[in-house]
Amino acid sequence: MAFVEKKLPADAPVIDKALNWVDARFPLTKLWNDQWGQYYAPKNFNFWYIFGSLAMLVLVIQIVTGIFLVMHYKPDGGMAFASVEYIMREVPWGWLVRYMHSTGASAFFIIIYLHMARALMYGSYRKPRELVWLFGFAIFLCLMAEAFFGYLLPWGQMSYWGAQVIVNLFGAIPVIGPDLSLWIRGDYVVSDATLNRFFSFHVIAIPLVLLGLVVAHLIALHEVGSNNPDGIEIKDNLDADGHPVDGVPSHPYYTFHDIFGVTVFLVLFTAVVFFAPEMGGYFLEANNFVPADSLKTPLHIAPTWYFTPFYSILRATTSDFLYIVQGGIAAYVVLIYLKSSLPSLIKAVIAAIGLVMIVGMLPFGLDAKFWGVVLFGSSVMILAGMPWLDQSPVKSIRYRPNWHKTVMIIFGIAFVTLGYLGVEPPSPIRNLVSQVCAVLYFAFFLLMPWWSAMGTFKPVPKRVTFKPH
Amino acid sequence: MKFIKKMIATLVLLPALALAGEGYPLDHAPDRANNMAALQNGAKLFVNYCLNCHAAASMRYSRLKDIGLTEDQIRGNLLLASDKVGDLMTTRLSVKDAKAWFGAAPPDLSVIARAKASESGTGPDWLYTYLRSYYKDDSRPTGWNNMVFPNVGMPHALWELQGVRGAEFEEVEDEHDHSKKTLEFKKFTTITPGKLTTAEYDSEVGDLVAYLNWMGEPEQGTRKRLGVWVLLWMSMLSLLAWRLNASYWKEVK
Repeated sequence: MAFVEKKLPADAPVIDKALNWVDARFPLTKLWNDQWGQYYAPKNFNFWYIFGSLAMLVLVIQIVTGIFLVMHYKPDGGMAFASVEYIMREVPWGWLVRYMHSTGASAFFIIIYLHMARALMYGSYRKPRELVWLFGFAIFLCLMAEAFFGYLLPWGQMSYWGAQVIVNLFGAIPVIGPDLSLWIRGDYVVSDATLNRFFSFHVIAIPLVLLGLVVAHLIALHEVGSNNPDGIEIKDNLDADGHPVDGVPSHPYYTFHDIFGVTVFLVLFTAVVFFAPEMGGYFLEANNFVPADSLKTPLHIAPTWYFTPFYSILRATTSDFLYIVQGGIAAYVVLIYLKSSLPSLIKAVIAAIGLVMIVGMLPFGLDAKFWGVVLFGSSVMILAGMPWLDQSPVKSIRYRPNWHKTVMIIFGIAFVTLGYLGVEPPSPIRNLVSQVCAVLYFAFFLLMPWWSAMGTFKPVPKRVTFKPH
Repeated sequence: MKFIKKMIATLVLLPALALAGEGYPLDHAPDRANNMAALQNGAKLFVNYCLNCHAAASMRYSRLKDIGLTEDQIRGNLLLASDKVGDLMTTRLSVKDAKAWFGAAPPDLSVIARAKASESGTGPDWLYTYLRSYYKDDSRPTGWNNMVFPNVGMPHALWELQGVRGAEFEEVEDEHDHSKKTLEFKKFTTITPGKLTTAEYDSEVGDLVAYLNWMGEPEQGTRKRLGVWVLLWMSMLSLLAWRLNASYWKEVK
């Protein structure tokens, strides 16, 4: 096909001519229209739909502040801690850049957790949005890796011992474990070698993957279209022009809607940055103002708050708790056999995995630490299964039986309680509470194929619920 | 929204799972963050009593201009003749000597006020209580012990000011094991009075702690002052964005 360039009149504005020149060579206008300008989004978005844009904003904040931090930070075991204080004191506006980055890390997780809670409430991961969810899940994994690697860099006591504890978890894997954790650290203890490789992962490897996944997440979303609080497909009702009747073009409607959301977020964000950058020890821990010391183990080592729900599950897995887990697995296999319509091969595979786990948890099998790591990993990975675990005939919580809301509230409480207990030092009563919450956490997901389909569902309207502003 | 409310209502009960803090209770350090005279006095105490063994290697002497001192005042009162105003606050004590004398190198104090925060109190609260809780204990190599930091390696550097105090303990029955006795602190006793009265000493320590707190983050004043303007500006911007958004959305039926 011959190259054809649209002819504009000779007196057309220069900017139009330039755009025309580019569009003939690169689909700039088309990209803008497909991804935003002419992307029709449901008009009934509520409060919960701001977090996607906010996550983008925080990603940009983290990248820009990160670039400036790297200009002054020294990834060297002997200099790292002092170089952070150098940024805080001697680099012009360094304190602001550093606080934006440290506050941004926590803000990112708050936003992502709320973003995921939204998906849970309105069934945003359901067909045809399974890939949107899976890309998002991969972004969540990257974010956790990014936060973990980045947390070592200030080279304080909490950085150091937090990394030591987490890398040691790999040592619980049978046979290869000790060598694996040695390989990850690059030394027998967390050291300069570890700091250098974590720095490399934090500033280039993970961000590259993260950015690619964000692009994939957005392309997938804009391909299938956004879900909405009513959980109905706006593409089922098109007007004469082929646009959804219940949709509005993202630009200008959601452009200005999101700008408003961004300004409200920035009020909260700057309030923390300028008035409470340590956030009572949750965003910047006191112990991290003590330089890393490989000879002084702190009394109480806790990961940063955003990892603690999962960390609590790890800590809850004591050898006594394994009996409960064994019982749970046995009951689950029976449930699969009696109450599911899965192909018999899959049932057999599940039964075999269950049997291996039950035997492995026996006193002569692998120790509780290993199973703690398995449950810790599973508690994160299980999120990927949401599109297939949820069997509810409607997407949105609005049209599900009222008791489904109660189930979700209980899950939310269990999740936050696990998070809270993860930052506190352990005690027998706290351990018991976290075990109960761990059971609730897994029951919520594993029993979802059954409970999500039970009860009386409300009729789903044909059009979205929308009250003009 | 009702469901969010229910969730929040349950979650406020969470702190019930927290344990009551144990250990010596911390006193509140006086807030002198904006009191230049106190900060300057604190700087003088810091240079005279702390800097011989401790460093504050992230801190430059010249930064003391931020608390109202002139370069000449810094050079004349706080520096040794060989030091320059732009130098970092390092210490002459070598790590080797420190290990031989105290068992460990004294920690750098640049960010000590931030490092000592805990559930029991802020970093300044800890320091303020710590520096006022030394007592004579002949079982310790230095002859000193501390209620906040038991078996501390540092001797009481401010003893001339506070004087020498002893501590009285009382044997009480252990709560958990009734056959055992534990020692419970009763009160401090004066052995030799110092140069200062108790109130004067507390005030001096208050100044020193205010300085340590300032040194932990010299930009904290700027940060808060600027923060007010940033918040005002952001709030106005969000007000504008709110009305702008409404003007677009009023046409959506």
